[in-house]
Amino acid sequence: MSEARTLVVAEQIDGRLSAAVARVVAAAAGIGAPIDLLVVGSQASQAAQQAARLEGVAAVICVEDSAFDHLLAENTAALIQSLAGPYSHLLSASTTGGRSLMPRVAALLGVGQVSDIIAVESPDTFVRPIYAGSVVATVRSLDDRKVVTVRPTAFEPVGEQDGVDVANAASTGDQRLARFVSEQLAEGERPELGGARVIVSGGRGLGSAENFRLIEALADRLDAAVGASRAAVDAGYVPNDLQVGQTGRMVAPELYIAAGISGAVQHLAGMKDSKVIVAINSDEEAPIFQVADYGLVADLFEALPELERKL
Amino acid sequence: MKVLVAIKRVIDYNVRVRVREDHSDVDLTHAKMAMNPFCEIALEEAIRLKEQGIASEVIVVSIGDKAVQEQLRTAMALGADRAIHVSAEGRIDSFAAAKTLAAVVEREAPRLVLLGKQSIDSDSSQTGPMLAALVGMAQATFASSIKIDGDTLSVTREIDAGLETLAMSLPAVVTADLRLNEPRYARLPAIMKAKKRPIEALDAAELGVDVTPRQELVKVELPAERQAGVRVHSVDELIDRLRNEAKVIP
Repeated sequence: MSEARTLVVAEQIDGRLSAAVARVVAAAAGIGAPIDLLVVGSQASQAAQQAARLEGVAAVICVEDSAFDHLLAENTAALIQSLAGPYSHLLSASTTGGRSLMPRVAALLGVGQVSDIIAVESPDTFVRPIYAGSVVATVRSLDDRKVVTVRPTAFEPVGEQDGVDVANAASTGDQRLARFVSEQLAEGERPELGGARVIVSGGRGLGSAENFRLIEALADRLDAAVGASRAAVDAGYVPNDLQVGQTGRMVAPELYIAAGISGAVQHLAGMKDSKVIVAINSDEEAPIFQVADYGLVADLFEALPELERKL
Repeated sequence: MKVLVAIKRVIDYNVRVRVREDHSDVDLTHAKMAMNPFCEIALEEAIRLKEQGIASEVIVVSIGDKAVQEQLRTAMALGADRAIHVSAEGRIDSFAAAKTLAAVVEREAPRLVLLGKQSIDSDSSQTGPMLAALVGMAQATFASSIKIDGDTLSVTREIDAGLETLAMSLPAVVTADLRLNEPRYARLPAIMKAKKRPIEALDAAELGVDVTPRQELVKVELPAERQAGVRVHSVDELIDRLRNEAKVIP
């Protein structure tokens, strides 16, 4: 590794590039070194064509092998280790995939890892939230290679360019340590939480899974994604992949409507970077009102249908 | 089957974190400390595996100064068979923790290593996968369900898009997510008994592990405060303000 060069590990599903990749490339651009993109898995070549058109990407490396489907960490980390030679920086999104993979990559390369950065200060210095977002830390990596995961919502996606070259690289194959068995994906027509412009989120105040339909109806009216607090997930109103917070998803939409959510610090950690926050709660003392741009003290069961009707 | 559980002493999750005046770090003096909540879940799973007759011994390990012994005793009061304290001074980052745990794994040769998915102080979520890489084991992060059948481990994981199930051979490293189980509370007689139990003492340097942090903390700050908002008095006013003031709805 003679000069700085960045490798971005892209996630793709069924040949479609994850929306987070354009945001990770934006973070990579802040480092100031040439950016290569790695796309792996079945139908990787299709996603690689999409990756080649992301503004600022110098080259795309494609490894089309089902051993890397679902970004299976054991296989993918071994592949990245084999490709790491020329790279000073290795980046991915801090999705559940990236957060499983990149620490494994870092350990194989004998270096530490910087998680979930929200800003790039310089090629070796990054900003990241700690303590559930209640503190922001600036950290300098002392390693010769920087392995970093990026919080996608903290960066605006890059635009498009004329496609660059896509090169195929050799697969390191299946390490036979673990295998994918099945997945149970939350079905839904609504926008995906991570990329939604508007999110309507419900909490314990909804009282039941049936009542959560009030949230869904309002979300549909606003073409919004549906989110939830941990209390709503634990009570079984909605599946866990809708959870927003320190232990769930980190989101930063233009509009976040929190209904029946008290606003525990763990929930705020996941949504307090939203542009506009609306809180609807019957308890006027609820901490959510301290971060809300617009707070309405009201009975949810009246306010939500009225809001839906009048929009 | 031996199960090793790594636990970390962190600030209690209910405590509001303060920043030192010189912004060099957070201020933990006099702060209430506790076992990291995700470590509690990992430990609970190990104890349940023992109750099911799958685990023969549950060993807990923690890295740090003498204070971590408090959490090791809590772990024994909850049902861990024995405890290892690896003494190391200063800030222990994830890579240092993973290297230290790798040395303990080599000594103890557990079939299963359980950790929490992240600690609520650094929020890094790295130690489990790093350890798995260092000892050449399979890994399953963010586990919400674990099934062991002979030498095969099947783990359902919480991923962004829903749930995913992986299968792997033991030995393996698993990190616990919030919904894996609900940890039990320690009973008073067990707490009293755990106070007298020995804790095996190891030392990171003696294990040949370099725990020097790989990252320098340049500064810590409080995040930008959101501007105080307004109370609206009706749904009509809310819609009007979202449309004409914030301009976030058409």
